[in-house]
Amino acid sequence: MRAKAKLYPKEAARLLREKPGVREAVTGATLHFDRNRLKAYAEVPIAEWRERAKAIKDHALSHLDQYLELAEKRLKENGVQVHYAEEPKDAHRLLREIVERRGVKRAVKAKSMLTEELGVNPLLASLGVEVYETDLGEYLIQLLGEPPSHIVGPAIHLSLKEIQTLFHERFGTPLDASPEALAQVARKVLREAFLTAELGISGANFLVAETGTLALMENEGNIRLSTSLPKVHVAFVGIEKLLPRFQDLALFLPLTARAATGQRLSTFVSLIQGPARKGEEGPEEVHVVLVDHGRTALLADPEAWETLRCLRCGACLNACPVYRQTGGHPYGYVYSGPIGAVLDPGLLSLEEAYPLPYASTLCGACLEACPVKIPIPKLLLTWRHRAVAEGLSPAWERAMLAAYRRVMESPALYRLFSKALRGLPLPQDLLPLLRAWTEGRGPLKPSPKPFHQLWREMEEGHGR
Amino acid sequence: MRVALFITCLADQFFAEAGVAAVRLLRALGVEVDFPEGQTCCGQPAFNAGYWEEARPLARRTLEVFREADYVVLPSGSCASMVKNHYPELLPGSQKALDLAERTYELSAFLVGVLGVEKLGEGLKGKRIAYHHGCHALRELGVREEPLLLLKGAGAELVPWEAAEECCGFGGLFSVKLPEVSLAMADRKVATLPQAEVLTSTDAGCLLHLAGRLAKKGVGLKVAPLATLLWEAYAG
Ligand code: SF4
Repeated sequence: MRAKAKLYPKEAARLLREKPGVREAVTGATLHFDRNRLKAYAEVPIAEWRERAKAIKDHALSHLDQYLELAEKRLKENGVQVHYAEEPKDAHRLLREIVERRGVKRAVKAKSMLTEELGVNPLLASLGVEVYETDLGEYLIQLLGEPPSHIVGPAIHLSLKEIQTLFHERFGTPLDASPEALAQVARKVLREAFLTAELGISGANFLVAETGTLALMENEGNIRLSTSLPKVHVAFVGIEKLLPRFQDLALFLPLTARAATGQRLSTFVSLIQGPARKGEEGPEEVHVVLVDHGRTALLADPEAWETLRCLRCGACLNACPVYRQTGGHPYGYVYSGPIGAVLDPGLLSLEEAYPLPYASTLCGACLEACPVKIPIPKLLLTWRHRAVAEGLSPAWERAMLAAYRRVMESPALYRLFSKALRGLPLPQDLLPLLRAWTEGRGPLKPSPKPFHQLWREMEEGHGR
Repeated sequence: MRVALFITCLADQFFAEAGVAAVRLLRALGVEVDFPEGQTCCGQPAFNAGYWEEARPLARRTLEVFREADYVVLPSGSCASMVKNHYPELLPGSQKALDLAERTYELSAFLVGVLGVEKLGEGLKGKRIAYHHGCHALRELGVREEPLLLLKGAGAELVPWEAAEECCGFGGLFSVKLPEVSLAMADRKVATLPQAEVLTSTDAGCLLHLAGRLAKKGVGLKVAPLATLLWEAYAG
């Protein structure tokens, strides 16, 4: 996906203006997920779970070389073909090779944010391969030609009405078809695709180094089909997805499910141990592509590496009041919401992602939700500090903050400013800020006298 | 016990009466109150926007101004959190910063936690109050129960509010850098507001933002800082 993160402020404003339905749909769905998460967290010793999960992730990340080596060894022992993709082009090369060698005409895909990052769909299209997203939400947005709006619920921004209209236009279903009827139609199309596709593509929630096991979580059953019916299965796995031991899944599977949707466990968990053996049904070839795409560099960043603990559960998006107003599209990159605001600068460069670290009020709801305790507010501050240091902030803002500092450094100037606020003309630098403020909130009305004056009057005994 | 008040710039300029209320209340409770005159702004707007070089001298000034106070009390959760949580980050290795952080309290947390007060009086009897949890008070300082306790103790009826713990969308510079999103967030707060007589919070920024939005939408709800209500609780 091409990044349009720079446009965030404009796009967010435009969306709020032009498509108020998105705000409504996203707020409703995220509040629902967030409440479910809170309930699910409350059933278990969540503080301890989060602490343990954080510790395991930190250990895996700080010994990543070692676990990558082990994972590769085990995967190969299981008959899996292992590849490394430093950049999207490496992944593309591999896919092109498979498509040509196996004569792939049709591919089915399990939902995967990483394949969005790598641009897998456009690549396959350019090779003449017909691609079917098989997650229902993902299928909807594929039909609409839109990117996912949420890590877990890609079509979270759509209303039932919009989906009904879409299906009416595509498949001739009635305009008031029930959600079940719509799912039925999609199922029919997708079933046909599962049975005829030569290639199945997935991501992975986890890759266990100890056993070379891919773990995939889902609720619809489409991932199981995508990874087991076609003769070739390719799984794209970010290198940060490694877990050291098989038993770690016992913590991470339920923790992720609770964080993401408030379920105790997802409806389906697939543990993939390699291609079909003799006499078994299943893919003949399984490929695991270990993808870097900026992750090694991020890991080496002493102030930002913790971002890589992310499980992509989406809990921080659900908890985020900023994300709730617009959904993910205005963020302009694969990862939106709080995690996007700190991950995108790491993956894309701060310059590309510049305004995203500002897409937060630092309210801290994301940190409270995150199952692996990623200190998102602190990371936002870090990226902001860097943005200022690198001169990315707009000139008006720099001038404002310089003036602010001058005023606040000197009590005398501050007193003067206080007077100005009550009648004297305000300095020019302040005006754009004031306009931005007053447009939605009316004029600022300072107290008749500032407190420091009232204090003096109190102390001098007259007045109050 | 000597308490130095840190009123901070927004309260100084926009909720001066709340500062007066805080002084009266603390004095009524037998606390010696001082207002060190060299104080200005805690530096939070700059720090949060990434302008740490701009925030640092303000933090240092604050450390100097409050050098001698036994306790520093702020009628603002986010400024209190700036001093308590972020000064030590902004001035790494500064013993003075750690020391000040120790002595600093948001007003209601000071009343309940240090003075051990839970009942101020009956002055809010029957008053229907909606309490907005400022995010930094709630999540950075862990001040959740103290304001509620004090309000309820004074006879107020705290009306349940679905979005009481959701961010109002102020966020300092956020409100002017991303004005549309900021307003949409305020609108969610306003849209879910229950029937109440007063809306209150410990943070001047949140109140300024919400009051402005309420007025713009023609919702006639009184907005008052927590300190003002606490004095009312005491004095009736
Ligand atoms: S940052 Fe935390 S809450 Fe957000 S998606 Fe990642 S793991 Fe989930």
